[in-house]
This record gives sequence, C-alpha cells and structure tokens, in this order.
Amino acid sequence: MKLVTAIIKPFKLDEVREALSGIGVQGITVTEVKGFGRQKGHTELYRGAEYVVDFLPKVKIEAAISDELVDRVIEAIEGAARTGKIGDGKVFVYNLEQVVRIRTGETGKEAL
Amino acid sequence: MKKLLVSFALGLGLLTTSMGTLAQYAAPATSEPAVSTMAAEAPAVVVTAPVAGTAVAVEAAAEPKLDSGDTAWMLTSTMLVILMTIPGLALFYGGLARSKNMLSVLMQVFVIFSLISILWSIYGYSLTFAGEGTFFGGFDKLFLKGITASTLSAALPTIPEFVFVSFQATFAAITVALIVGSFAERMKFAAVLVFAVIWFTFSYIPVAHMVWGGGLMAKDGALDFAGGTVVHISAGVAGLVGAYMVGKRVGFGKEAMTPHSLTLTMVGASLLWVGWFGFNAGSAGAANGVAGLAFINTVLAAGAATLAWIAGEALHKGKGSMLGAASGAVAGLVAVTPAAGFIGPMGAILLGLISGLVCLWGVGSLKRMLGADDAFDVFGVHGLGGMVGAVLTGVLAAPSFGGTQGVDFAMGSQVFVQIKSVLITVVWSGVVAFIAYKIADLTIGLRVSEEDEREGLDITSHGETAYNR
Repeated sequence: MKLVTAIIKPFKLDEVREALSGIGVQGITVTEVKGFGRQKGHTELYRGAEYVVDFLPKVKIEAAISDELVDRVIEAIEGAARTGKIGDGKVFVYNLEQVVRIRTGETGKEAL
Repeated sequence: MKKLLVSFALGLGLLTTSMGTLAQYAAPATSEPAVSTMAAEAPAVVVTAPVAGTAVAVEAAAEPKLDSGDTAWMLTSTMLVILMTIPGLALFYGGLARSKNMLSVLMQVFVIFSLISILWSIYGYSLTFAGEGTFFGGFDKLFLKGITASTLSAALPTIPEFVFVSFQATFAAITVALIVGSFAERMKFAAVLVFAVIWFTFSYIPVAHMVWGGGLMAKDGALDFAGGTVVHISAGVAGLVGAYMVGKRVGFGKEAMTPHSLTLTMVGASLLWVGWFGFNAGSAGAANGVAGLAFINTVLAAGAATLAWIAGEALHKGKGSMLGAASGAVAGLVAVTPAAGFIGPMGAILLGLISGLVCLWGVGSLKRMLGADDAFDVFGVHGLGGMVGAVLTGVLAAPSFGGTQGVDFAMGSQVFVQIKSVLITVVWSGVVAFIAYKIADLTIGLRVSEEDEREGLDITSHGETAYNR
C-alpha cells in the first residue's frame, strides 16, 4: 500500500479530483498549505510598510492506494495538475504500513 | 510603594497647578465678532454684545427659542459621531491590527468611549464650556448642575443644552479613542485607561476650551470649525509621544505585521466618512446653510484626498491600494475638519488633494524619519492632516478662494494665528501626554510583557479570541 501525496496549485484541485475518480480512487484528503519551490513570491505594501511574501498558497492531496494503482495515480495527478509553468508542484509516494477502516474495523487492502 | 508616592505627588502637583490656573485666569466674558470658531456662536454674540443702533435687532434675537429642525439635526449629528467611534474607528483600527490583538483594539476604543462620555458629563463639560478663563472654564456646571430638559444651550440657543453636552461628549470621546492607534498591540489595558483619564482632563479639556469655550485661541481669532486642533492634532501628537514612550512592537521591522482584515478597515473607514457629516456639518450647530456648506466640503475633501493618495501610490509604487484609499479618505476628512464651515467647495477639493499627498508622505518617509512605531499612523494621518487643514484654513477661508470670510480678511495674519494655534496645541498636548504616560508607567507600567505581546493581547489581557481557531 502506498500513500501518495501531491502538492498542487489550488485551482487544479477539481481537475485532479476528477482524474483520480476516473481511475477508481474514491477517497482523498485535502489540506490548504503554503510553500514555495522555484516560484517567486510577491511584495505587499501597507502604507509605508513593505513585506516580501515568499509563501504561496498551495493544496496538498493525500490518497492511500494499493500498489498496482500507483503508476496510474501518479500519471493522473501529473496530467491533471500540470500547467507547464513554474509552481505546478510535486508528487511524493510513501510506503503505507497499515490502514484501518474505523467503522468496520477492516484492515489492509480491504480498508483502502 | 515609592512609585505610588511619586505618581501621587505628580498627580497632586498637576491638580494644584490647574487650580491655580483657574483662579488666576478667570477673565470676564469677551465679545468676539465675525471671526469666531463655530459659526453658530454668532447668535450668542449678537445677543450679548452691545451693538449701537440695533436695539430692535438685539431684542428680537434676545429670546432664544427651541428650533425642532436644529435640535433634530444636532441629535442626529451626535449619533453619527458616536457611530464614528463605535464601531467606525474601532473597526478601522481593528482591521489594521493582527488578529491576535483585534479584541484589544476594539475593547480600548469601546471602553474609552464609555469612560470619557461619563467623565465629560461629570466635569468635562463644565470645565470646557462653563466660564471664560484663558485655559479652563469653571465648575458651575459640574455634574451638569442646573441643566434641565428644557434648558437651552447658551452657545447654540436653538437646541437643548443636554443635546449640546451630548454632542460635545462624542468629540471628547473620539479624540481620546484616536490615540490608541499609536500604541496598539503592546500597551496594558489599565495603563491605557489611566492615560486616557489624565490626558482627557489636562489636555483635551483645556484645548477645547481655548478653541471653543472662549479661551486663549478663540480670543486670538483662530478658525477651527469642527476640531482640527482640538481633536486631530492633539490626538496625533499624543499618539506619537505614546509610540515613543511605549517603544516599538516586538519584531517591528523584521516580522510581518500585516493588517488582518482590510475588509473591516474599509467598513470602519466608510463609517468614519459617513459619520463625519455629523462631525463637520453638525458643528454648524444648526440645520442651516453653514451645515450645508460643511456637508458638501466634507464630501469633496474626502473624495479628492482618496484620489490623491491612490494616485500618489500608483505613481510611486505602481499600485493603488484599498488601505491607501481608506487612509486617503480619512486624511481628507481630517484636513477639512477645521475648514468645513469656512471654505468654499473648490477650496475643499484643493484641500483634499493636498492633504492626501502630504499624509501619504507622512505615513511613509516622515514616519521612517521619526523612527517611532506609530502602529496605525495616528500622527501621520490625524496629526499631520490636522496641521495641514488648520494652516490651509487660514488661506482657503479667503474670499479669493471662495471662502466665507469678508473682503477685509487678512490672509497673512490669519495664517499666523492658525500656525500659532497649531503650535500651542502641539506643545500642550505633547507635554501633557508625556506626563500622563509617565504617571501610567509609574503606577501600572505601560507595556505588557514580551511573552504576552507575542501571544496576543486578546488572550492575555482579555481572555478571549476574536476568531475561533
């Protein structure tokens, strides 16, 4: 089992969600985050006070999926989230030790 | 214990000095003609001044009668000015603060309004308007003694005195409330209140008396329609002094201290703008042509200053901002405050344009030069804007600029009188503010601990959060 984490541009969320549904991933967790990589921030000016803001708003998607789906999931996310401009984001894949469905107590692949 | 004794002695010293001042300067009533502060004082002058050959006119004007139009307008104006403070000023400042300090700003403004309204009624009104000493009035109307529901105001004979008292109370309250913007986000709540009481008593009251109560500056012929000196310059200076004395906020210059809600700041600024019609047009004291003039001047100056500010921003930094627009509007409103009933509409536009640009400079370059952390720019907008307005009133009141003064108006000497009134206000307010902060510091301590400041005044001073996590 793998935990796929993707940091994407916020307006791409709906597209990515649909792409994931399309290949059978039913559940995801979404968090609003901020960060930067190579994309530059901006300057804010409040009366005389100038602030350089490095952080940009992003969205983090996490999905627990079975090993067979990993490549297709990565492909789906990449395809949906790409704009071609700096700041598109990254996908991280972690090994997932254990999964439990709280309602039924199922574990492992059945809980995905 | 030693600190308490020192502060006690200082307080007693102040008290006795002011008593001595009162005793010395109880001067007889004056009769100051056309060049008076509030246009509505004219009826009172007509009544009291012995004018040869107009016995009939004097008799006809001698019977003051309640005018329901005037009274309705003054009641409305009073309410408008209250709205300016709560929630106008509270939101304007609050939006500029960081969210962890929002409630502390709202609290300080709200409580100061409550406190000063009461103190005004107990002794403020009497010491400002009951008597014609050089620096203070008298004690005749302590606790509003002698005033009943049917008593008419001496200064504004067509409205009940209680209405006049209330109207003036709102001015006193907003003046003191303005100051909190300078030392926001780091001052102890109790210290704020101690400072407020002392400064209100020894700076607001005498300055208001000197300008509107028949004291020093009124006798000089200073023109201040709705309180450029009394309210804005004095508050701006007191704020700046406070900013110096309480010190910069922790992390100032290094950490981001961005306004947490410019939306609320805009709401506050709008309430200030609309309420200002009560402030300026209400200072005409009646529902008449002067009120109409003050009204239109207020609209125009605010609009012109907004445009000037954002144009300045756009030229200088590339973008006009909402904060700039809101600040510009306030700057224009401040500048037109002393001028509203004395200048013409085109003069108001000019005044707005100038004050918008000057105050833009004030919150930028000047602020950096002054080196104090005047958190919400009370000096840059109110202090500086008030000075610009006060001095330019002397210019724009001239008939050549469409002003209301007569053909024998001497611009040079009037400007000199205006500058003098500005200087008197600056020095008086500054010195009293210094002493007031010192007393608060010695008795309570001005500043919260660094830990408390970091965590936020809402939690540490008031046990609340404005926004649920």
